[in-house]
Amino acid sequence: MNTIAERIFDYLKAFPPFNLLTRSQLFAVSERVDVIYLEKDKYLFEIDKPVEDHFYVVRDGAVGLFRENNSLVDECDEGDIFGLRALLRTGLYKLNAKAIEESIVYSISSELLEKYITTNKDASQFLMASFASNTRVKQADDNDFIESLNRSSEYTYLQTADYSKNPITCSIHTSVKEAAQIMTHKHVGSIIIVNDNKPIGIITDKDLRTKIATGKFTIDDKVSAIMSSPVITYPETITVAETQIAMLKNKITHLCITKDGTDNSELTGILSEHDIIVLRENNASSLIKEIKRSYWPEQLKDIRERTETLLTKYLEQDIPIDFISKLVSAINDAITQRIIEFALTEMDSKPPTKFTWLAIGSQGRQEQLLMTDQDNALVFEDVEPSKYEDTKSYFLKLTDHINHSLEIVGFELCPAQMMANNPKWCNSITEWSQQFKSWIATPDQDNLMLCTIFFDYEHVYGDTSLVNQLSEQIFESIASHDIFLTYLGRNALQNPPPLSFFRQFLVEDDGEHKDQFDIKSRAMMPLVDAARLLILSHNIKSTNNTLERYEKLAELEPQNKDTYIFCLESYKNLLRFRTQRGLANDDSGRFIDLESLNKSDRLRLKRSFKAVKSIQELIKTRFKLSQLL
Amino acid sequence: MHWFKRKTYPEFWNNYASHFKRAQSQELEKIRFMVFDTETTGLETKKDRVLSIGCIAISQLKIKVSDQLEVYLKQELFNADTVKIHGLLRDGKLTKIDELEALKEFLNYIEDAVIVAHHAAFDVAMINEMLKRNDLPKLKNKVLDTGHLFQKTKIDTSKTHFSLDELCKRFHIPMHDRHTASGDAYITSLLFLKLLSLLNDKNKLKLNDLLSPVKRIGLL
Repeated sequence: MNTIAERIFDYLKAFPPFNLLTRSQLFAVSERVDVIYLEKDKYLFEIDKPVEDHFYVVRDGAVGLFRENNSLVDECDEGDIFGLRALLRTGLYKLNAKAIEESIVYSISSELLEKYITTNKDASQFLMASFASNTRVKQADDNDFIESLNRSSEYTYLQTADYSKNPITCSIHTSVKEAAQIMTHKHVGSIIIVNDNKPIGIITDKDLRTKIATGKFTIDDKVSAIMSSPVITYPETITVAETQIAMLKNKITHLCITKDGTDNSELTGILSEHDIIVLRENNASSLIKEIKRSYWPEQLKDIRERTETLLTKYLEQDIPIDFISKLVSAINDAITQRIIEFALTEMDSKPPTKFTWLAIGSQGRQEQLLMTDQDNALVFEDVEPSKYEDTKSYFLKLTDHINHSLEIVGFELCPAQMMANNPKWCNSITEWSQQFKSWIATPDQDNLMLCTIFFDYEHVYGDTSLVNQLSEQIFESIASHDIFLTYLGRNALQNPPPLSFFRQFLVEDDGEHKDQFDIKSRAMMPLVDAARLLILSHNIKSTNNTLERYEKLAELEPQNKDTYIFCLESYKNLLRFRTQRGLANDDSGRFIDLESLNKSDRLRLKRSFKAVKSIQELIKTRFKLSQLL
Repeated sequence: MHWFKRKTYPEFWNNYASHFKRAQSQELEKIRFMVFDTETTGLETKKDRVLSIGCIAISQLKIKVSDQLEVYLKQELFNADTVKIHGLLRDGKLTKIDELEALKEFLNYIEDAVIVAHHAAFDVAMINEMLKRNDLPKLKNKVLDTGHLFQKTKIDTSKTHFSLDELCKRFHIPMHDRHTASGDAYITSLLFLKLLSLLNDKNKLKLNDLLSPVKRIGLL
């Protein structure tokens, strides 16, 4: 019997990663704990001392981790783990661990835990996050360790899609009748037309309905007359997530799978929407279909509400957040497009000229997962000065319809009037170009704020050439005002991240404790602002999504890849976290009640603070901002 | 004429005794301390019996959860009055062993560790009575009393006797499993480490300083 080990077991089982171990595993760990008593200000380990084969959990009190210059890196309280460098087995401590209160600390055999944890996916991910949260940017020697833990815990949801490996095919010379007979015989809804086993076209049941049964073509015509061509092709490694996006994007129901993913290689399979539905009970695409078939905004409101249910389900299933946000954005875009179509029919006449509807802010970045307020703008083509007044009033009337219909659907009106029915944000292309130019030329506080909103625009409806024109002129303006990016850089650094959590407080860099956490302004916006700034500095147009921006940056600057990937991962975590909170509390998820955070939440958030810190340091150096701040 | 003939002892005692041939270190970091507590049928060392012994070791000034011993004893004597304190029933579900077996395990476990207990004299006397009943000599280990060490800190000179409860409250030691032998041994071990750090402000504390009587501390 070991009563003491049982008590330690009872304590540890409440905290990750120990709660993820089996009873007997945790008991074996508990039996081998050493209990250490630390007076206030006593060191547990020191910089440059070799790592021990133990790491630590605070039982009572608090331990601070400090850098050489005595700056605080983290404060650990009851249940916090530290000294995880021990899991690397070699090397020297890079931080000092000092009791900041009288403390009792459990010292835990890293060897034993490692043995249990490498076979436990959840536990290894947790430890990985804990370790990384105190390592600003992953270092070379840590990579192996993280890699080895990673290998045992691959995401199952990124499974490759299970496509039909024996696609039914026919040659281009086949008649429609013969093709239909093959399809009937094989009980399939589609047939691929191949030439030298390379896919060149596809016929589905729908083609037979719309092109044959209507009498447009006869059954004796060749399949080439009615096939859809070219086909959309993907490699065999396509994931379920990619499949869904590809189908939504191209508005198709079948994808061809080929050896190298292009239509110039051998056909190896076919993937239908039905396959995906079978794989994962999914209805995002059916929601989009319903949107297209809807007749009034009230119907769309119902669909948008069901999107929320779908969102909850996806989050529960641990589907990647970047994929979820793309799906939700696709639905939001489809709703907006449908509403614009409704509004156009309400108007007495056709639009006097070409126009384009832009989503701006978080919707423009395709990151609007929760129903927050709408931010949008309208650009119309230049018209003769004499027609300007009429044109503008036409579009103001149109946008008013649109904005109010969006409100009916559930997108609240923007309290700051960042909407297309505001005469300021419903302009001709020339006016918009002037507008951006003046913001760029006079980057004062207000203008920079407007830039951060309007620079993230995404085409939703209408003429795409207007968007391209606008982008080009914006980049020209930026190029002729060097100083602008420096100002935008300074703006991106306005909000330094907090340091850590400590009990029910947020610890600031200077050691100050605060009791409120605004996840949007303290963690998400700094990452969004940084990504925008850097992507603009690379002259990259039309990459608005923060995750895609970091991906692109990692590609453009391999030397900073680690930092960008770190930011990317952090932003994913934050987006997921905020969405979960928002859905659970039926609010924007922006303000976080610190007491409601568990250990893993704290760790995940803490890690994102480090990401903000590292990207802000990068910006500070790149835009030479240290003198300006 | 048997006065010169040494009594022969069982092998486990000889093993135990053999550990004392090596000299005890004076460095606290190098000493194995054995913190222990007993639950008994009462407070009379001659009449009452030990019901359970809980021990936990401290090495390198760390409490070693893996280095512990917990035994429950079969005893003829039963005192219903103390059951409410320690919760040990005459029968109960615990595996119990007889005194000789318990002594064997205990001696085998403690070796030459420095014994630490709160009001150690009582617990050590209880063990010594047990040894006597089994025809064995007294414990050979050095003994430290946490009550005595507290007096050495001179934090509170208002009285000489402080209960484990009083000291735990004073030092904010959580009192889980109070009045089980192992639980009390663990609490005592935390108290012991705390007292050591209070007494060790110059980092020069040696074992002899701890063993010395209270009145001498002022002269150090």
